[in-house]
Amino acid sequence: MTAQLLIRKTGPAVSLQDLGRPGFIAQGLSRGGAMDRLALHEGAALLQRPVRAALEMIGSGGTFEVTADTRIALTGAPMQARIGDTALAWNASHLLPAGEVLTIGGTIEGAIGYLHLGDGFDLPPLMGALSAHNAAGIGYPVVEGEALPLRPDTGTQTGLQLPHDPRFDGGTVHVTRSLQSPLFGENALYRLTQTPFMRDARANRQGIRLNPDGAGFAAEGGLTVVSEVIAPGDIQITGDGAAYVLMCESQTTGGYPRIATTLPGDLPRVAQAPTGATIRLVLLDREAAITREKAARAHIKALPGLCQPLIRDPATLRDLLSYTLVSGAVSALADPFEGDMP
Amino acid sequence: MPDTPRIAAVGLIGLAVTFGDKMSDAANRAAIAFRAAVDAADWPEVTETASTLVSTFVAVDLIDTPFEDMQTRLQALLETRDWYAAGLPGGRKLWTLPMCFDDSRAPQIEEAARAAGLSKAEAVASLSGSRTRVITLGYAPGQPYLGTLDAAWDIPRQTDLTPRVPAGALVVAIRQFVLFTAAMPTGWRHVGQGAFRTFDPNRETPIVLTPGDEIRFAPITPAELDELERGDSLGGATWEALP
Repeated sequence: MTAQLLIRKTGPAVSLQDLGRPGFIAQGLSRGGAMDRLALHEGAALLQRPVRAALEMIGSGGTFEVTADTRIALTGAPMQARIGDTALAWNASHLLPAGEVLTIGGTIEGAIGYLHLGDGFDLPPLMGALSAHNAAGIGYPVVEGEALPLRPDTGTQTGLQLPHDPRFDGGTVHVTRSLQSPLFGENALYRLTQTPFMRDARANRQGIRLNPDGAGFAAEGGLTVVSEVIAPGDIQITGDGAAYVLMCESQTTGGYPRIATTLPGDLPRVAQAPTGATIRLVLLDREAAITREKAARAHIKALPGLCQPLIRDPATLRDLLSYTLVSGAVSALADPFEGDMP
Repeated sequence: MPDTPRIAAVGLIGLAVTFGDKMSDAANRAAIAFRAAVDAADWPEVTETASTLVSTFVAVDLIDTPFEDMQTRLQALLETRDWYAAGLPGGRKLWTLPMCFDDSRAPQIEEAARAAGLSKAEAVASLSGSRTRVITLGYAPGQPYLGTLDAAWDIPRQTDLTPRVPAGALVVAIRQFVLFTAAMPTGWRHVGQGAFRTFDPNRETPIVLTPGDEIRFAPITPAELDELERGDSLGGATWEALP
């Protein structure tokens, strides 16, 4: 019989996410997929298999069981996690024995954690992917009482760990010019790089609001421009001059102008910045952006080789658990597309 | 900004060929026709194409493929003809959608008629007799913007939002219709209601409309709409191939 993941409890924003559903931009459906795509690759490396759908847990996780012994990996924002009473190291793979309770609490740092299971879920793809697309109403429910079937897992190794990646507290985010950057002019682009931004509480899978520490931004020709194609990571300027970084579930086109676009490899840092974190933008020309992006891709390729046997260090673990919780909560109320509403 | 048509990078994920700085019928037709030409060129680097109101989007990984290479190829394709005068591509469909324009299901038909300076009967005749083109799909999956209506329908958005119109609502403003994918608030006026769902993830083809398709309405009574709403998510929609 197929093993199942039993959902006992979940936080308010837990969903199944893979790399998304490309190919539907012309039909008004954005790619979707995991907010932190690097975390999916980290999970795949820890479990030594290709990228599969994982549970994306924004802010807090839940309580889970499996019906047969199953390998798991925990990546993305570190969260309080334990099997029974035993605390679990984050960014690592473990064995979850059948019938034991896996509890994943709130974030310790960052905003979004990921729970990977064995060889992933045994579910038929929806329009080519397992990703939930909340804005479009696509996806399998991950709610209390659900049982999600798992693919047979031929892998056996657990107890691997990846080095801690420092992307969970805001910091430097690299951007490059895009389609509508000329609407703002070079002075505004320079000011963009000199202005610290604070990650607002208003954030969801469509977009994350960044408040400028200083004057807001505006396109020279005004706020309404003809609606143009959106790339994930585009930095949209809304009516009050704040910046929204458009994320995986953004609309496919939008009428608010966009001043620059975030490099794909830097988007996980934006996704993981907790509320209140400071983000500084660095503008790269295309050549430098490509060099940086190539390095990000090389890092993903190198992940399997970076996995090391997990060393249990009770002192470190205890230290980790004493952190104060940082809120990575999301608000479904934010709508960076309000002005585009017909 | 330089003149149109112009080619620019969309971050690192592709290129956009823009045919106008504001919406016009000619620029929209050019964007749709040029997209079909890019599809026909079948370049292996191109992973996806789309047309927006006035642009063609060509998805290319600009990390592996130099921008200048794609720009040169797109420029050469641009120069093969006058895209503003190009006919719309083949393979398009003419859809007939059953649509109820009765006040009981389309509560703002009378108000919209006043805004357009028409009697209610004239407004219903004008809207139900319209034949429009899918200008673009967006805001919600499969949700069409349809145009261009007669000049009388160059009516502004209402100042207040209607808190909720249902899925399948036909709303009008600025010489365009939008046919809503899902229930939502709107600043446009609700002038028709159909049972056709523009997006149904459980349907064999979840999104059936394509930019460039044309739409006409078959006016129906509220009773006929009730009947269609008990049926499948195509809501009685039929299509024929356009030459």
